[in-house]
Amino acid sequence: METHCLKRPTRRQFLSSVAFTVLASSAAPVMARSISGSLPWEARSADPPVQVKPGGWLFFTLEEAQTMEAVADRLVPADDLSLGGKDAGCVLYLDRQLVGSYGTSSRLYTKGPFMPGLPTQGYQAPDTPAQRYRSGIAALNAFTRETKGGRRFAELAPDEQDAVLKDLEAGKITLPNKVDAKSFFNLMLANVMEGFFADPIYGGNKDMASWKMLGFPGARYDYRDHVSKHNQPYPLPPVSIAGSTEWMTR
Amino acid sequence: MTTILPRKDAVIVGLGWTGAILAHELTEDGLDVVAIERGPWRDTATDFNIGYAQDELRYGIRRDLFLQPAVEAMTMRNNTSQTALPMRDYGSFLPGNGVGGAGVHWNGHTWRFWDSDFQIADHLRDRYGATRIQDLQLQNWGVTGAEMEKSFDRFEYLAGISGRAGNINGRIQEGGNPFEDPRSRDYPLPPLQMTYAPTLFAEVTRSLNLHPFPTPAANLSKDYINPLGIAMGQCTMCGFCERFGCANYSKSSAQTTILPVLMKKKNFEVRTDSEVLHVDLDVSKNHARGVTYVNTSGEEFFQPADIVLLCAYGLHNVRLMMLSGIGEIYDPNTGEGTVGRNYCYQTNAGAQVFFDDKNFNPFVAAGALGQTVDDFNGDAFDHGPLDFVGGAGINCIPSNGRPIQTRPTPPGTPRWGSDWKKATVKSYKSTLGFSSQGSSYPTRGNYLDLDPTYTDRFGRPLLRFTFDFPDNDIRMSNWVSDRMEEIAKAFGGRQYTNTRRKKGWDSVPYQSTHNTGGAIMGTDPKTSAVNKYLQSWDVANVFVIGASAFAHNAGKNPTGTVGALAYHTADAIRQQYLRNPGQPLVSA
Repeated sequence: METHCLKRPTRRQFLSSVAFTVLASSAAPVMARSISGSLPWEARSADPPVQVKPGGWLFFTLEEAQTMEAVADRLVPADDLSLGGKDAGCVLYLDRQLVGSYGTSSRLYTKGPFMPGLPTQGYQAPDTPAQRYRSGIAALNAFTRETKGGRRFAELAPDEQDAVLKDLEAGKITLPNKVDAKSFFNLMLANVMEGFFADPIYGGNKDMASWKMLGFPGARYDYRDHVSKHNQPYPLPPVSIAGSTEWMTR
Repeated sequence: MTTILPRKDAVIVGLGWTGAILAHELTEDGLDVVAIERGPWRDTATDFNIGYAQDELRYGIRRDLFLQPAVEAMTMRNNTSQTALPMRDYGSFLPGNGVGGAGVHWNGHTWRFWDSDFQIADHLRDRYGATRIQDLQLQNWGVTGAEMEKSFDRFEYLAGISGRAGNINGRIQEGGNPFEDPRSRDYPLPPLQMTYAPTLFAEVTRSLNLHPFPTPAANLSKDYINPLGIAMGQCTMCGFCERFGCANYSKSSAQTTILPVLMKKKNFEVRTDSEVLHVDLDVSKNHARGVTYVNTSGEEFFQPADIVLLCAYGLHNVRLMMLSGIGEIYDPNTGEGTVGRNYCYQTNAGAQVFFDDKNFNPFVAAGALGQTVDDFNGDAFDHGPLDFVGGAGINCIPSNGRPIQTRPTPPGTPRWGSDWKKATVKSYKSTLGFSSQGSSYPTRGNYLDLDPTYTDRFGRPLLRFTFDFPDNDIRMSNWVSDRMEEIAKAFGGRQYTNTRRKKGWDSVPYQSTHNTGGAIMGTDPKTSAVNKYLQSWDVANVFVIGASAFAHNAGKNPTGTVGALAYHTADAIRQQYLRNPGQPLVSA
């Protein structure tokens, strides 16, 4: 990949030069350099985010995606406050994260030896988030098939799904293949919430649904007019890095 | 094979706050200076772009601007009976990376440590007797508050700090911090306009006869031109400070206060994406020849230099000393060795008040926009009848409403589902938080050394933490939490929480990137790694600048004192060291 990039490319240039799925596995390469005599500046050296485009799963199989959509819809249920996690795009968000540096733990310290740690020492297992979803979803569906009459998690009724998720959260379920139920639940919860509350450019938070729900104005940059207006509602709707809902092309 | 480069007068490791200050000062004297920076070049227009700086996922959660553990991790344990394991992701604290360092993505609280901090051992012994502090390894720093005043002043004027003086030349000023040491003049800028939550906090704490004042902020209340002639803009209170670069030239950093001038100098050069592996000593082991570094292609270079300035993050300074054989590594069993000694942290706790009828608009915020009460900080109050020393600043500084991380809910709320959502929406705008930032005092058993098992990408041992909150600090934090409970009740909200600090330092949840000590300054080479000018006792042409020099940590953010120490060292090098290069500025 480095052969494409004699100097540091922007992420957009990088994207156009390699297959899409490769983006995930590496950050843009950087080159050591010497700078002297002036502030360096060159056109297009900024590194803007890349907007997630819907269409096809890059990480999940169809069954995995359906499972996660069912999970997302229970963690963030559709109600009069907002749409549900599935329609908000939380699983699209997660799918793209899992083929990126997050999914592969490429930024983390992954050298051995791997030893069981104390809770104060944090996650110590060798599995990456991508591996944990692959094994975790399989274990969850194996568990429901075994205990719920052959049905996958997505095929359960919502209240049955809630009961399974509560037991996962409490660590009351033993999942097959040594998947730690509690830890897998916490991973799913954290990622679904990220997708729901992150900027919509990453695939979730469709039409800034969560920001409208909270009253968070999003990627605005100047609140000076409102600082001294104590206890008064902020009047403007949210904007995304990609613009307002009205500007967005879909 | 190592390429040997032409000699420089000074080589600086790391181009953050201290590296930029030292580089600017030494190049003013005509020295030929090179800085070697592990991370990339970064600047406002290209990297903190106003079109996408407000990206919580990228910068706040995935932490694009920070040091990645794949580049360098550290190992931790709470005590020597445990086996240290690597923090595979950073959590409790988040070191910076790249030009500007952690000064790029800080919140901007800019404090001065007090004379009672710099002379802490004498001060507490005189006031409470030696028995009171016998379990602590408290030491004087070798400087006084009066001696540091002009360096604090220089840093605050460089950075354009917004605040209100509490004590000008001994005269107490209305509305400022009455507990601060005398300062020679007011802050360069007036305080920021207050948002609702800190305004209410000031009213409530004043009604309890406390002394709230605006937190000194490196978020600019007005446009400002600093003494180097660099212009900065008024803060727009976007609520994206900590973990983010400022797109608006409104948060002080090396980028916004020094680099535009420094980078024009012909006698300065920075080499980015180049990691220093160690300082090279001559056979006597008391003179440094330069540094060895490696670039992104894996090529190794030797940079000879007459002066070596370690200006990396404090923890990295300590590790580089250990990897280079500068001084002896501290041994908690014998108390001998100085490098790694007196590692301290920050002892924090938090409270929240939930209201039904208030809208705090939490997203209208700046990193240091708030109010502080120092009545229970340091030795501002009489500890005579109490069973601890130290204290905490109590801060109401609502720095953001970024929704992935900032979603308070009352106790008992489920973490998901419809009830979670209702409670989240109800509490998002109507919750007021405040926190205590407590001192962290050294003990014999809290220290840094090199891990025996885990190594970095070059095969060098990782830094190992052995740390837990000392009993003294837990008692202190609990007592301050009692005071916070009184404040929380006085708000008259629907309900409140008051979360207390417990023993068992947990490396996972974020707490504070105020890691101090390990290469501490002092008066005695047996108990300190550097002298009062931050010059190594062991290798006289090495200076080690950063919070690594703190002999303990106060209940305050460290950057103001780090900046002042950088000027203090620069003055010592320019006015004393250069006349007699290679000689100790203090005789051992």
